[in-house]
Amino acid sequence: MDLALAPETIARWQFGITTVYHFLFVPLTISLSAVTAGLETAWVRTGKEKYFHATRFWGKLFLINIAMGVVTGIVQEFQFGMNWSDYSRFVGDVFGAPLAMEALIAFFFESTFIGLWIFGWDRLPKRLHCAAIWMVSLGTVLSAYFILAANSWMQHPVGYALDPATGRARLTDIGAVLFQNTALAQFAHTLTAAFLTGAAFMVGIASYHLWRTRRLQEAGEAADPKRTLAMRTSLRVALVVAVVAGLGTAVSGDSLGKVMFRQQPMKMAAAEALWDKEAPAPFSVFAVGDVAKGHNTVAVEIPGLLSFLAHSDFRSEVPGVNDVAAAEAARYGGDPKDYLPNVPVAYWGFRWMIGFGMTSFACALAGLWLTRSRRWVAPGKRTAPDEVPRLMLTPTRELGPALTRWGWRVGILTMGFPLLANSWGWIFTETGRQPWVVFGLMRTSDAVSPGVSLAEQLTTLIGFTLLYAALAVVEVRLLATYAKAGPVTSERPPEKDPVLRGPGGPAGGDPDGEDADRPLAFAY
Amino acid sequence: MHLHDVWFILIAVLWTGYFFLEGFDFGVGVLTRLLARDERERRVLINTIGPVWDGNEVWLLTAGGATFAAFPDWYATLFSGFYLPLFAILVCLIVRGVAFEYRAKRDGVRWKRNWEQAIFWTSLLPAFLWGVAFADIVRGVPIDRHKEYAGGLLDLLHPYALLGGLVTLTLFTFHGAVFTALKTLGPIRERARALAGRLGLLTAVLAAAFLVWTQAGTGNARSLAALVLAVAALLGALALNRAGREGWAFTCSGLTVAAAVGMLFLALYPDVMPSTLDPAWSLTVANAASSAYTLRIMTWVAVVFTPLVLLYQGWTYWVFRRRIGVQHIPAPAHAAAVPAPAGPAGTAAPAEPAADRP
Ligand code: HDD
Ligand code: HEM
Ligand code: HEM
Repeated sequence: MDLALAPETIARWQFGITTVYHFLFVPLTISLSAVTAGLETAWVRTGKEKYFHATRFWGKLFLINIAMGVVTGIVQEFQFGMNWSDYSRFVGDVFGAPLAMEALIAFFFESTFIGLWIFGWDRLPKRLHCAAIWMVSLGTVLSAYFILAANSWMQHPVGYALDPATGRARLTDIGAVLFQNTALAQFAHTLTAAFLTGAAFMVGIASYHLWRTRRLQEAGEAADPKRTLAMRTSLRVALVVAVVAGLGTAVSGDSLGKVMFRQQPMKMAAAEALWDKEAPAPFSVFAVGDVAKGHNTVAVEIPGLLSFLAHSDFRSEVPGVNDVAAAEAARYGGDPKDYLPNVPVAYWGFRWMIGFGMTSFACALAGLWLTRSRRWVAPGKRTAPDEVPRLMLTPTRELGPALTRWGWRVGILTMGFPLLANSWGWIFTETGRQPWVVFGLMRTSDAVSPGVSLAEQLTTLIGFTLLYAALAVVEVRLLATYAKAGPVTSERPPEKDPVLRGPGGPAGGDPDGEDADRPLAFAY
Repeated sequence: MHLHDVWFILIAVLWTGYFFLEGFDFGVGVLTRLLARDERERRVLINTIGPVWDGNEVWLLTAGGATFAAFPDWYATLFSGFYLPLFAILVCLIVRGVAFEYRAKRDGVRWKRNWEQAIFWTSLLPAFLWGVAFADIVRGVPIDRHKEYAGGLLDLLHPYALLGGLVTLTLFTFHGAVFTALKTLGPIRERARALAGRLGLLTAVLAAAFLVWTQAGTGNARSLAALVLAVAALLGALALNRAGREGWAFTCSGLTVAAAVGMLFLALYPDVMPSTLDPAWSLTVANAASSAYTLRIMTWVAVVFTPLVLLYQGWTYWVFRRRIGVQHIPAPAHAAAVPAPAGPAGTAAPAEPAADRP
């Protein structure tokens, strides 16, 4: 009980909860803003209505989502100071820089241009409006980059010196901090994972609509053809993005693993629950027994694969948890036991990350193949221009009714999997680094705010958790309502392209002239 | 001038930008109860700040990030010391952001009314608490030899700090009323002007008392000049508001905010957080600052990007410069405007989202 209520423990729970929660929205924001931008570009360039409807639809879901990402991000910016003041003092010189850059460069970009995009439909010329959402997308990517550079420095500190007078880290090389290979690998992996997440989300929602349309058609009822068109395009775009991003996630994850193995061998050993060194080391697919006991009764292993993940060859030696702990104890003092992260969390976190994420990828790959060759619009097959995609087994044979039903269902069911994968990936990354908050430099137990009382900590922990839980309910309901309603196909693109008007016009500065009383195209 | 002095100024500028901008949007949030008579008028108010409030809030994030980078000790002591007030502010900012975005996302009287309540309270409370926090920073708080805050919650809530809170609350509400007069049309504009006239007087009395109290405590010649400027700008804003020169009145109310924040920072310098226990334990621009290397890098970043931010944020205000009135607010959604999602027999049709969404 005493241990459970240590200030460190509460602070860690709070950081974990708020950050994982923030990161549920972040990957969707990153990917949906880019896809929306792509769809709007397609509309501006081709003038096709289906792109307009798709842009509006995904844009709306994107906005519901980013609202939560933004407000939960505010907490992130301040909680280093609140709960981790000794950490902040120790690293501020190095760590504060990317954080401040993120705010000044990325957040301003994102928040200003998103206002322009939301309210600008009748104010900005089409092209400029489209540019605004690209700016938002760029902002989200930059934001991810800076924060990941900051996090990478905690995983692998570089470009600093310890100040002999104060004992604190002092920045000596900003280039090293921003562009070290940990940051590059993390960025590549997180970004591709984000796109997999958004794409799976789109696949799920588009599948829902297409399947419903399909059933309507079979029942002989009329479906909205424009919705089918918009959803069909979205499905196809999403499947392609999911497959490309899924591949990218695996490739970047592999190189991230190699970087990690060099920098934090403990994390790799823990991820595999490999207690003693082995050469060649197998990759454990599944372990039965108690991974925490130090002896696994492993069920399934792939020989040599772990050696490959760590070194790119199938034979080399991989040190185990006990070896690394002994080495760290020799280097930093203390008992080897002090250097053990939570092995079961690392082991299962790593598997759930790969398992959940790659399941969605595999489903997307299957979906792409089942709807391949634009078969549903191939002239020989076409029954109507707004035909729902047929899931084709061979070029001439469709899936049977039961399989078709499951084909669509699986698409819907896996839409949330990458979100789980992301959370587990981070939980693995962050807990696998323990007991260090900055690897090799500062322990988590030395990082908490000494002046904050237990009661205060509990207040914020409980407060944020309850607030976040309540908001999650609101957000999920709203998302579900809007996702199910589908695109509003009665909407027309603006007839004439709005022009940016100069400051002329009647006194009072109303720039609109003739239709000054026209309602806003968008209003809160 | 030393780099840490430059950063002291830059952080003052960031806070000034934050209070100037979010000041009026907090004010508008408060006015949704004081000024608006019905739901359409509330929507007019909310939509005057709709496109910009998020960008305004980033000034706070940047001030926080810049403090972390340039004065890590200040960041650490301030936010771990003012733990619960900051928590209250964060909760408000979270709910407030969500309220703006989600209020119109569904029809339903209760749904909207709840979010409107939320907008009022979550604008009012931070507007008050920021004043409390800054008054505490300027007057000093118990800080021990390890630069840790050594007081409790009640040490932050003395009369001077509470007066500071009232000043920011009234000043922001006044600033918001002047902004509303500038941005709206019709009866609501007239009422905003009238209300601004009354609020301005109250603000002037409270602000003068608070600033003179500050000047008497830690003031110097420069802060006196800022004080005079703040009071003059406030009186100017009042006069111009009465004369119906709304643009100039807003400029002056903004100048009041800027001069008042400027005065607080001038009274603070060279400390960043004085200690009431022992002056030797105060955090100062020198002992709380980052290394010269970090400050140099950050200076370059600030020099390049701050003008850019001002440029594109300014452009946003220009794009949305049109005044709005109730006639611009789209009618409440009718379910018929959205084709009901055609559900096959047996599939419940989902609830309708509002039709006036993009
Ligand atoms: C959709 C999500 C997703 C999927 C399918 C994968 N990952 Fe991942 N992974 C993440 C989402 C993620 C993440 C949440 O984004 C993490 C957390 C920290 C980071 O940089 O990315 C992560 C971290 C992470 C790390 C730890 C990095 C560190 O501690 O510094 C490794 C070694 C891998 N991943 C490797 C892989 C491999 C080999 C994968 C598949 C073949 C894989 N990941 C699939
Ligand atoms: C979105 C991505 C992230 C997620 C999901 C995440 C998740 C977590 C989790 C679950 C913990 C708790 C670990 C434990 O208690 O053992 C944690 C700790 C922590 N993380 Fe992260 N993290 C993320 C990114 C970051 C970033 C970008 C930073 C720095 C900028 C960071 C800094 C920290 C700190 C300071 C702690 C507290 C010390 C500790 O317990 O390790 N995290 N994080
Ligand atoms: C623990 C460290 C983190 C901090 C301090 C932090 C801070 C913030 C803040 C303050 C915002 C709000 C910005 C606004 O008002 O516009 C935000 C949003 C955002 N953050 Fe985080 N964040 C953290 C973790 C992460 C990670 C790990 C990523 C990406 C990999 C990320 C990516 C984003 C993105 C893309 C947004 C914008 C949209 C959205 O939130 O949905 N953040 N973050």
